[in-house]
Amino acid sequence: MARCVITNEIRKLRFLAGEMTQQQLADRTEVTRQTVAAIENGKYYPSLELAFRIAQVFGLPLTEVFSFRLEE
Amino acid sequence: MEQKEKQILASIIGSVLTLGAYSLYVYHKHIAANPAVIDDFKFWGKAFLILIPVGIAVQIVIHIIFAIVNKIATGEDIPTVDDERDKLIELKSIRISHWLFTLGFFLAMGSQALGMRPWVMFAVLLGSGFLASVIAEAARISFYRRGH
Repeated sequence: MARCVITNEIRKLRFLAGEMTQQQLADRTEVTRQTVAAIENGKYYPSLELAFRIAQVFGLPLTEVFSFRLEE
Repeated sequence: MEQKEKQILASIIGSVLTLGAYSLYVYHKHIAANPAVIDDFKFWGKAFLILIPVGIAVQIVIHIIFAIVNKIATGEDIPTVDDERDKLIELKSIRISHWLFTLGFFLAMGSQALGMRPWVMFAVLLGSGFLASVIAEAARISFYRRGH
């Protein structure tokens, strides 16, 4: 069965947003800094709601923050 | 190591020390003096009823001490709110804990079905409850570390 892999551009987007810190992003999305770090490192896939919140912080559509592919 | 992982580790150490110290206390105060008490239901009832609030109190004290030491060492406050990842990890660890305790419960009842002495049932219940708690906490650390 193919494995679902979700990648994200959060690190790059934080840099482009004036080197926004993980803590600042965490505060704006109402999660802990550890959760932001885990999402960035691909250790945790956020819920749809949190994914939308993150995209909203950067003012981008969801697909420009997260991408999805299937791996065999 | 994340703050949460350290907090969980402190909690595990607290649980081990609490049960260890309490078991030694109960052994020396009651069982060593009168070994026959080990099959007394009243003795086990009291032992369980005292252990539960003592365990909760120790965990609260450990949490407070950890928060103070952590603040002094890192300058960071412990997060007061659990987010979706914390809740998901907690649910997964609770599931592990329930399965382990259920297994222990069946073993405890099995011991009685096989005609073993009553203390075996209580010891298995106590042991499985303790192991379920410690393994579930260790699983939480694992989920935080390797992701899920």
